[in-house]
Amino acid sequence: MSKEKLLRIENLTLHFNTQKGPVQAVDGVFFELGHKEAVVVLGESGCGKSSLAKALLRLLPRNVSRYDGKVYLEGTEIMGMDDETYRRNVRWIRMSLVPQAAMNSLNPVLKVGDQVAEPMVVHHGVKKEEALVQAAKMFQHVGVPVDFLDRYAFELSGGMRQRVAIAMALVTAPGLVVLDEPTSALDVLTQANIFNVLKRLKHELEVSFILITHDIATSSELADSVAVMYAGQIVETSDARSFFKEPLHPYSRMLMASVPRLRANIEPEFITGQPPSLLHPPTGCRFADRCPKRFSKCSEEPPVFNVESKQVKCWLYES
Amino acid sequence: MTTTTNEKKTLVEVKHLVKYFPVRAGLLQRTVAHVQAVDDVSFNIKEGETVGMVGESGCGKTTIGRTMLRLVEPTSGEVIVDGKDVFKMRAPQLKEMRRNMQIIFQDPYASLDPRMPIGESVMEGLNIHKMGTKQERYELMLKTLKKVGLEEYHSRRYPHEFSGGQRQRIGIARALALQPKFIVCDEPVSALDVSIQSQVLNILKDLQKEFGLTYLFIAHNLSVVEHISDRVAVMYLGKMVELATREDLYREPLHPYTRALMSAIPIPDPSIKRERIILKGDVPSPLNPPKGCRFHTRCPIAVSQCSQEEPQFKEVKPNHWVACWLAE
Ligand SMILES: Nc1ncnc2c1ncn2[C@@H]1O[C@H](COP(=O)(O)OP(=O)(O)OP(=O)(O)O)[C@@H](O)[C@H]1O
Ligand code: SF4
Ligand SMILES: [Mg+2]
Repeated sequence: MSKEKLLRIENLTLHFNTQKGPVQAVDGVFFELGHKEAVVVLGESGCGKSSLAKALLRLLPRNVSRYDGKVYLEGTEIMGMDDETYRRNVRWIRMSLVPQAAMNSLNPVLKVGDQVAEPMVVHHGVKKEEALVQAAKMFQHVGVPVDFLDRYAFELSGGMRQRVAIAMALVTAPGLVVLDEPTSALDVLTQANIFNVLKRLKHELEVSFILITHDIATSSELADSVAVMYAGQIVETSDARSFFKEPLHPYSRMLMASVPRLRANIEPEFITGQPPSLLHPPTGCRFADRCPKRFSKCSEEPPVFNVESKQVKCWLYES
Repeated sequence: MTTTTNEKKTLVEVKHLVKYFPVRAGLLQRTVAHVQAVDDVSFNIKEGETVGMVGESGCGKTTIGRTMLRLVEPTSGEVIVDGKDVFKMRAPQLKEMRRNMQIIFQDPYASLDPRMPIGESVMEGLNIHKMGTKQERYELMLKTLKKVGLEEYHSRRYPHEFSGGQRQRIGIARALALQPKFIVCDEPVSALDVSIQSQVLNILKDLQKEFGLTYLFIAHNLSVVEHISDRVAVMYLGKMVELATREDLYREPLHPYTRALMSAIPIPDPSIKRERIILKGDVPSPLNPPKGCRFHTRCPIAVSQCSQEEPQFKEVKPNHWVACWLAE
């Protein structure tokens, strides 16, 4: 057998109960991630990206109607663990999360240093002084001056608060960090800075990232591989190099064409229409309504086809 | 291109606009300091033109837009629209002016009343200004919704039934219904997915062509304004630091801050190796902006003069204005 991947996800599914019926937010998601690598999960608003993060970290709301699939973390299947085992061995210990809009959800009445130290106290049972030393180290890694440990969130700029949120996810030294839209609320310059920090952390701390975002251009800065999500499903996985050169799935191609480029004569395009409702997703290809390449076959659900080392869920790639 | 814009008549003139927000503290709520949100900004916009305005959050872009419409009272300066000073207007004139000058907000979620069917929202302004008969207002609402790609049945639905892009189009319809001449577009696509941004931009462009609209288009990213602007202004910490035609600004940015903004734009192609100018630190507090050139604390090419004297905003090339000691 080849070298064990850090993470392998198979058929991960998370549905929610609502008054109108089940919402299929995550529906058979799959992808892999190597050690010290970053995978970008790309998709439009509402396609289930944050739900995927919740499913991975088992941070589930009450109204779950279906939650299954397999997730192998360094060879160990974690979906089958009971909650207590999961809590003691996985969340924060081996995998942590920077939630969407994390910088706006820091506790306003606690010093940011104490907040970053807290997961160490809670999950590794170390003393507060020791945890603060570790927090100070993390501040240095993410580029926040150490004397900011004693400040409150409102005293920091958006970019600094986001770095603090990242430090908090890193303090327990997990091998894998899930980042949900880490820069979408920030300016371009701050975004560029945060991405430089993430790139550096990948090397310095030997950590892997799952970067969840709708921003294809920014994501290309960090990605080693890409998984494209559409209406709760993965429609393409690829190594970053070939993806950014030429994506395969019609949806990925349209996403790429919508990025505005400087001094380009071509105007950016846009994807007409909207993603389907996850309440009653269409039975055939979920992208068919908006797809310029649609043909008769597309009224049936396409399987996942292997194209060299890439995978595409689209009938055009049936061989 | 430049010659034709030159021949056009100036619609909006902003002269030495200043807006300081008082910071109050203590029991007596005494003013202890001022946030210098906008500090001596001058520019004009010609009829049918789009001026893009770019800068980091907190640099004063939104305040400029809102002060121009007098949604925020200015500290000093003048805004002349169609020959009349907006800041000297009294209630009846102001009401008339507000019909002619509209604003589209950044957040398509917060700017619509959740309890009002969107058709009503679009008609609200028409009702306030008592434009035409009830029937005429209804028809104008439908016509405006069509312009942004929505149908009659949409008019009876509530905001939560729409996606972000659709809500932003409703916001545009709301502004457009009053048939204004000038629209401040305050980050109208920043909250939207990249995949639908250009749809909203295209609608704004088509409407401009059809109705001869004039826009001030605010954004934090230079790549967003490129395709829509005739001229582009760059703001830093309450000051305008560069203003040029789109062609000149993107071909030859002269201010180091503009160059940094330009280099920070991500390109979805990891094979292109670029040198990104990463600025040190954060934007300083507008409570206490740096002396001299406000940018000198982060400027990669600053010389000693920069920390002592403030550079003037000067026309260093035809129609290309810059405030930088090294750009002369
Ligand atoms: N607890 C819940 N109960 C019911 N539906 C939910 C719940 N959480 C999420 N959803 C629905 O699941 C779908 C996917 O939501 P999710 O937040 O995962 O999307 P997303 O891709 O993260 O979107 P965004 O880019 O806007 O953050 C949406 O239709 C959402 O309304
Ligand atoms: S399966 Fe058909 S509809 Fe779906 S993406 Fe491929 S071509 Fe388009
Ligand atoms: Mg999300």
